[in-house]
Amino acid sequence: MIGRLREWLADRLGLDALQHLAEKKDVPVHRHTFWYYWGGMTLFLFGIQVATGILLLLYYRASADEAYESVRFIMTQVSFGWLIRSIHSWSANLMIGAAMIHMFSAFLTKAYRPPRELTWISGMVLLGLSLAFGFSGYLLPWNQLAFFATKVGTDVTGAVPVVGGFMLRFLRGGEHISGGTLTRFFGFHVAILPAIATLIVGVHVYLVQRHGMSVPPSVEDAGGPKRRMKFVPNFMLRDMVGWLAALGVLALLSALFPWELGLKADPFASAPAGIRPEWYFGWMFQTLRMMPSHILGIEGELVAIAGIGLGGAVWLLAPFLDDPRGRGQRARMMTALGVVALVYIVAFTLLVYRGAKP
Amino acid sequence: MQRRDFLSWLTRIAGTALGGFILYPVARYLVPPRIPEAATRRVLAGKKNDLAPNSGKTFPFGAQPGILIRTADGEYRAFTAVCTHLGCTVQYRDDMRMIWCACHSGHYDLEGRNISGPPPRPLEPYTVHVEGDDIIVEKAGTT
Repeated sequence: MIGRLREWLADRLGLDALQHLAEKKDVPVHRHTFWYYWGGMTLFLFGIQVATGILLLLYYRASADEAYESVRFIMTQVSFGWLIRSIHSWSANLMIGAAMIHMFSAFLTKAYRPPRELTWISGMVLLGLSLAFGFSGYLLPWNQLAFFATKVGTDVTGAVPVVGGFMLRFLRGGEHISGGTLTRFFGFHVAILPAIATLIVGVHVYLVQRHGMSVPPSVEDAGGPKRRMKFVPNFMLRDMVGWLAALGVLALLSALFPWELGLKADPFASAPAGIRPEWYFGWMFQTLRMMPSHILGIEGELVAIAGIGLGGAVWLLAPFLDDPRGRGQRARMMTALGVVALVYIVAFTLLVYRGAKP
Repeated sequence: MQRRDFLSWLTRIAGTALGGFILYPVARYLVPPRIPEAATRRVLAGKKNDLAPNSGKTFPFGAQPGILIRTADGEYRAFTAVCTHLGCTVQYRDDMRMIWCACHSGHYDLEGRNISGPPPRPLEPYTVHVEGDDIIVEKAGTT
């Protein structure tokens, strides 16, 4: 009976073609294979975000008068509400962490070389979207930390020459952070960003499928990978072990360190001492914090924003700046750039947690 | 030009125009309307008994926060509470006898001058009047 049903479905859905594709796909095995798992890990955590986000939507109310109270209701009255919200918040952080590991490993193993330029660019767009998810979702509980994080974050956008003023009003839905900003961010977070992200994830996964896994130049120089592993089931089962481990870590973090709600946003209260953004914005926060008021007559914040923007542009265009074969002087310089960026981001992120008070 | 080429061009132009007709209202819709705010010149910032010497508090000044400080000498001063760096709301630190922004650790003295940290400009000062028990704050140059 089941066999006949499977045959019926296979005939109509073209499952044979999919099965053929899955059987054909394999993964090179070498000393850097470990880094291949991080894209799948990011996708898994994105799935957790979608599932828990939909659950939170059932109770959340997006208005300045009700948002904070609705999140408090979720955390105190709804069965396992605290767990769902904690998982959503922790998983967001782990997802961005996994995406960053994925990005740095792709950069340092030069996985962006031709013909994978668009894979790199679509991945960078996805990381940008993840940060936008984080930024827009952070405001939704409408608490003090969220209020000031949004104030600073949108003000940074406002400092960009020419288009800054327009961007600031576009993001805030007006001149100031208000209930209008909250509903706007809610729209970004649950409709616009998911729609774009789903599309780009599709493109990214398609490109990975089309071009296969990239082999680092050092492995190519040593004669290429010695063997290959079937994607189904060998690689996929290993992927799933990682996902299971991630689920365990997520459950542990959510149960032991439930995400706090803090105080309700008050537009006229002072920013609380010890305020800082989520860790993934920490290095930018620390850069802005350490800038003097003026550098050569230009406001320090503008210099910082220009520097970060320039760094981001170089990072995005890495496939076109590096040597296409990943060898020689230019390739070594790009690797050095990657190491410097990694050290800078890690060091400045750690500095945030060294002590916030003067 | 062949009839097929002409029709092909016509279809592209019509398609582009149609796309424009759809996208223009959507793009305009996304930009929030400018709503003029009533210009606030003068507000009641608090009562005389609200503040002990060497303390401060924030208060609404129109849509933005202001900060009222009573110095250790008992003198009242008021400024905008919006940090000139990235718009956080500043606070009075009685231990430092300074105005401080928690977001990026900017410091201002009791004249509102930016003295350390990233803020690029001083805080805008307001004029303070004590009228009976009320502390009235107004924009400088109003009277």
